[in-house]
Order: sequence, then C-alpha cells, then structure tokens
Amino acid sequence: MGNTLNGWSEALVGFNPMGLPLGLVILAAIPLVFIALYSLTYGVYGERKISAFMQDRLGPMEVGKWGILQTIADILKLLQKEDIVPASADKFLFVIGPGVLFVGSFLAFAVLPFSSAFIGASLNVGLFFAIGIVSLEVVGILAAGWGSNNKWSLYGAVRSVAQIVSYEIPAAIALLCGAMMAGTLDMQQITLHQSGHWGFAHFFLFQSPIAWLPFLIYFIASLAEVNRAPFDIPEAESELVAGYFTEYTGMKFAVIFLAEYGSMFMVSAIISVVFLGGWNSPFPNIGSFALNDWTNGPGWGVTWMILKGFFFIFVQMWLRWTLPRLRVDQLMYLCWKVLTPFAFISFVLTAVWEIYVP
Amino acid sequence: MQELEKAGVGSVRVTRKSDKVVVIEKDLVTEEMLLAMGPQHPSTHGVLKLECLTDGEVITQAEPYLGYLHRCFEKHCENVDYPAIVPYTDRMDYLAGMNSEMAYCIAVEKLMDVEIPRRVEFIRVIVAELNRIASHLVAIGTFGIDLGAFTPFLFCFRDREHILSLLEWASGARMLYNYIWIGGLAYDVPADFNKRVREFVDYFRPQTVELFRLLTENEIFVKRTKGIGIMPADVAINYGWSGPMLRGSGVKWDLRRNDPYSIYPELQFDVPVPDGKFSDVGDCLSRHLVRALEMEESLKIIEQCIDKMPSSEGFNSRSAIPKRIRPKAGEVYARAENPRGELGFYIQSDGKSTKPVRCHARSSCFVNLSAMKDLSKGQLLPDLVAIIGSIDIVLGEIDR
Repeated sequence: MGNTLNGWSEALVGFNPMGLPLGLVILAAIPLVFIALYSLTYGVYGERKISAFMQDRLGPMEVGKWGILQTIADILKLLQKEDIVPASADKFLFVIGPGVLFVGSFLAFAVLPFSSAFIGASLNVGLFFAIGIVSLEVVGILAAGWGSNNKWSLYGAVRSVAQIVSYEIPAAIALLCGAMMAGTLDMQQITLHQSGHWGFAHFFLFQSPIAWLPFLIYFIASLAEVNRAPFDIPEAESELVAGYFTEYTGMKFAVIFLAEYGSMFMVSAIISVVFLGGWNSPFPNIGSFALNDWTNGPGWGVTWMILKGFFFIFVQMWLRWTLPRLRVDQLMYLCWKVLTPFAFISFVLTAVWEIYVP
Repeated sequence: MQELEKAGVGSVRVTRKSDKVVVIEKDLVTEEMLLAMGPQHPSTHGVLKLECLTDGEVITQAEPYLGYLHRCFEKHCENVDYPAIVPYTDRMDYLAGMNSEMAYCIAVEKLMDVEIPRRVEFIRVIVAELNRIASHLVAIGTFGIDLGAFTPFLFCFRDREHILSLLEWASGARMLYNYIWIGGLAYDVPADFNKRVREFVDYFRPQTVELFRLLTENEIFVKRTKGIGIMPADVAINYGWSGPMLRGSGVKWDLRRNDPYSIYPELQFDVPVPDGKFSDVGDCLSRHLVRALEMEESLKIIEQCIDKMPSSEGFNSRSAIPKRIRPKAGEVYARAENPRGELGFYIQSDGKSTKPVRCHARSSCFVNLSAMKDLSKGQLLPDLVAIIGSIDIVLGEIDR
C-alpha cells in the first residue's frame, strides 16, 4: 500500500497544467483543509464532551446522536448571525484581525508531515517556518484588540502579545534541542530520524536522558502560545470579559474560535513530530511479531499523527478544566525566570550529549 | 524623589535599597485609564459597577457604584403587614433565604415576646445551617471561577442541588422559601426529613475533601490568593466587617457564639479562624478558608440538631403564631449570623398599626463592600477580581 501511495503522490506533484501546481493542490492543500477543519470541529466537540465528563454533566446531547453534530449546528448558527462592526472601531483592523489570526494558525499545517507520503510543503527549514508563522497570530490578535476600540480588548491584546512573544523563546529553544538531535530542521527528516524497529524507543523523548526537559518546557510554553489555561490570561473571561475578541460576533467570532483550535492541534502536532516520532508507530517489533512493520506506512502514518495530536489536545483540555489561571506577572515570571533558563540548560546538555555520546 | 523630579527627570519611579534611592524608571509618563467594570461583567457577581482608575494593569482607585438592583425593600415594609415582609427578606440575600427569614422573625418575635416551641427552633437551625452550606458552596465555587477554575464551581453546584431539593421538600420552593414565619414555621418538616438530611451529611463530608484538593490546596490557587487584599483586624473592625470576612482577619467573632440566639448556646461547634500558617491572616485565602471550614462546622450543628430534636407528636408548627400581629409600641434591633455576616433588622412599631413604621435592614455585604476602596488600591486587575470574589457579595442584599 505504501509504495502505491508514494508513487501516486509523486505522479500528482508533477501534474502542472499551464504552469499551475494543480497536482500539489489536489494532493496537499485540499486534504489539509479537511484535516484541519475536522480536527477543529471535533476538537470543539471533544472539548465540550470532555469538560462535561469531568464536571458531572452530559454536554451537548441534542443535535445528532450524542450531539456529534453540535459544532456544525453552531457554525451554521454563527453563519446566519448579523455581522456587526462597532461604529467606533477601526474597521480595517477589525476586519483583517480574525483573518490574520486564522492564516497564522493554519499556515503551519503546510509543513506538518502527516505521513511519509503526505506533507504539504517539505521545506528544509520546516520547523523554523512553523515557529515563525505562529508569530503571525500576534499581529492578528493585536489588530483585533486595537481595532475593537474597547478597553477590555486592548488589555487582552496587550497581554496576549507580551505572552506570546515571551513564550516563543523557551518554546523555540526547546524545539531546537529536538532539531539538534536530528541534525536538521526539515520536519520530514526529523520524523525519519525517529523511525526504526524498536518503535517508541527511537522517539527523541526516549533517545537521550535530557530530552524530557525540553519536551516539558515546550509543552508548557505551547500552552501559553495558544492561550490555553492556565495561561489563558488574554481571554480571561472573569477578568477581561472575553479579551481581544469581546466585540466580535457571527462568523468573525467563529474564525477566531477555530483559529484557536487550529493552533491547539498545530502545537500538539509539532510536539509529536519533534519528540514523539510524528507518524511513526510506537509499537516495537518483537522477534517475528513485527508489530512495528504492520502498523507503519503512509495510511497508518496519518492515523498515528492525528492520534498523537489529539492526545496532546486532550491533555490541554484536561489541564484547562482542572487548573485556575495564573496572574500576568506570575506568567512572565514563569517564562523568564524558570522556563528560559531551563531551556538554555537543556540546550547545552543536549548539545553535550549529542557530541560526546553517540 | 521630589528632588529628582525638580532636576528635570520627569516622572520617576524609585525603589529604596539599603537607604540608597535607586531610579528604576525615568521619563516614563503613563496615562491613567478610566475603566468601567460592570454592571455587565462576568465577575462582579451581579450588577455591581466598579469604576477603576488603572495605570496599566495596576488599579490606582476602584470605587463601587451601587443601586442597580434597588427594589425599595424598606419602603415596601412600611406598606405591608408584618408576616408579608418575610418573602421580601428572601429576596434580599437570595442565596441564603432561610437565614434572612430567621433574622427578621427573631426581630419581630423579640418585639412581641413570643414563646417559640422547641421543635420549631431546631427545624429553623437545621434549615438555616443547610442554607449556610449552600451559600458557602456558591461563594467558594464563584471564587474559583473568578480565578479561572471552572470545574470546582460545577462540583459545588452539584452538591448545592441536594440541599436545594431538601429545602424544596420542606418548604415547596428552591430559593425563595417563605418557610420561617413569625412565631413558627409554614409547615412541619416531612416525615423522613431528618433521615434524608443525615444521608446528605454523610454524602457531603467526603465531597469537601475533593473540593479542598481541587481548590484550596492547588498551588496556583494559593499563589493567586495568598497575601492578596490583606485587611488588618483593627481596620476590619473599624469598617464594621462581620462574618467570614472579619474572621478571615483573625477576629473570633461569631454572633452564634457572641450574641447567641435560638438554640445555638446548646450546640457544640467551633468558630474557625485562620492561624496564619497556611495563609497570611486577613488575605483572600484566609477568607476562603474560613468559609470552607465553616461548612464542616455547619454539618456538625445539623447532626446535633437531628439528635436532640423533639419528636413531632402533637406538634403544630403554627401553634405559637400570634392571631393578630400588632406589636406594642416600641423598637427593636435583632441580628443573626448570616453566611455573609451580621444581618440585622431594626423595626419600629407604633402599637396601633399591623404594619411597621420603619423597618431597616443592616446588610452585611454592603458593609463588607465598603472597604473596597482600601482593599483595591495598588492591586493588579486580576487581584481586584480575586478580592471581589473573596468578599462574596450578593447584590440583592446590598441594594435591597
């Protein structure tokens, strides 16, 4: 199955009628859009069901069996809503804010390797691109917050910018540890470095005794980067009403909402690629019982990737519905005085390990 | 500092390190922003409006504006008969209706010298303490929400639901009971009420442990509340604070002990006061702790009441209710320990009318909230939310 898929994809990439890369669009862009939208839709549904489970509730039960169509109904409802732009808002910024935000979270999907045969754009600086493109979200948040001409939105936007820009430093350094272990920034190559007959033992998390430190640092920093609890101070509903999207209604609100879930999946996918082997199967081969060989391949890869991504999304939700929120200064303290020094330490230790231990 | 400003440095923020003045910021002129927090804001617990002057995230001044829920309670009282005031008291502190009714009925009974049957007193104390637990559950849950913890809130409401169904079983209503009447009760409790209350007590004890693990012992929760909004005991007394707020500041003052009413002198219970080991005395965490520990004491009271309660044989809950409620001329002030502090009723009667000439309610939340300006000065915006949450305001009682 694997070879046919590989052959297919190579043939399709070469399909460029009239100089347009139509093959690439069919191969990469359309499935990516579907993966992204499905992960968003069912991320939202999952969040509501998981939080309900944790809180002794049922969650959505009305639309479809067990409410599985609830998100679709919500989106339809939001589509019908009046699109209000406040009279005193900066109209241009107000309108482009959600768009920039969505593009920022969505573009990083391009470099995520979903399987050995399926990656939107196999850049040789893929990881760098993914780290960099997240920063675009800051522009969207600032535009939305400032353009709303609302004091709460402004608070949310300023908090958010300070938070995301700060937390990018430990996040990027932690990811560099993974890149160092692979010796490349290419997401596909990083994943390939973690494949082997021993399954999970080849994952970078288990490859060096230090790797758990950058793994943990990146996980915590990624929570802050996507504004999830306990770092959700930019949209802290009990303090700032709804933060930078207080004034948004209808589809613009939905776009912001979906962008948030998109980023959640994106950081989960990045952490699985860099530390947990991406699309590689975690099962080892045991003698003739070749579990790893059976569960690897382009089709399986997508499954593993999405399963790992959703596992981290689940952990994010679990934390969100358990922990209270940090204060602004405590958040900055954690970033600059705890995570960043430890990220540097893990960076140096990983470098030493990579050089002196084969 | 003034010298530096004179020297043309502009606005200066300085800090003192071992007697040396160190300039940490200069030429930074910041503009204060007027921020209207409420009346529509998720964490003002109703329709409180706070007008804050903010310098970035720092609150330089926060002034509460009241009256959005004003329903002319005191004027209404002058125009209805004494028994008809009881439902109005329910609507003051709607989270602890039983306690408000009890305070009002005690005031009128004191004015008329009514002798109450013992069983009525026991039932009153049971429902009032149940309602105190329900009210504290809401206070703790919403305090959690203010700090961003949503799940404990729903756990609190799940347990409160059991109390509400018990009270509904007794009185027929879930929040606005009209159950405690002047001189008696609307009805006796149902036959198996005591058994069910005991079941609830047994169910609820372990639940508080879970609540403690989720909130009180949570590292982030402690970080957010410890040392925030400290109120020294003397200032608290000067402000006239009462209830868990005053006890949070380390003053052992509980009207059930210090000015006993009903059958409280016969009952064994502690008055929890923070010892300063887990929290700084007088901060938000202390006030939260007092509420959390008080629920356990209320459970103890309920258990004792069930054990000591006289049987229902030949009991008529309305036997002591006066035929005609027309107190002799005079005035009375009676107070009771509500979940939020001292709720007092001042009633004046001219001896001729069946309506009070004047009925004033001393609201505990109103007095507690008056310290807002002092508490909030120099705090961060998220701390302001924590402080409001720890005061545990009910706007229905503040505005009346």
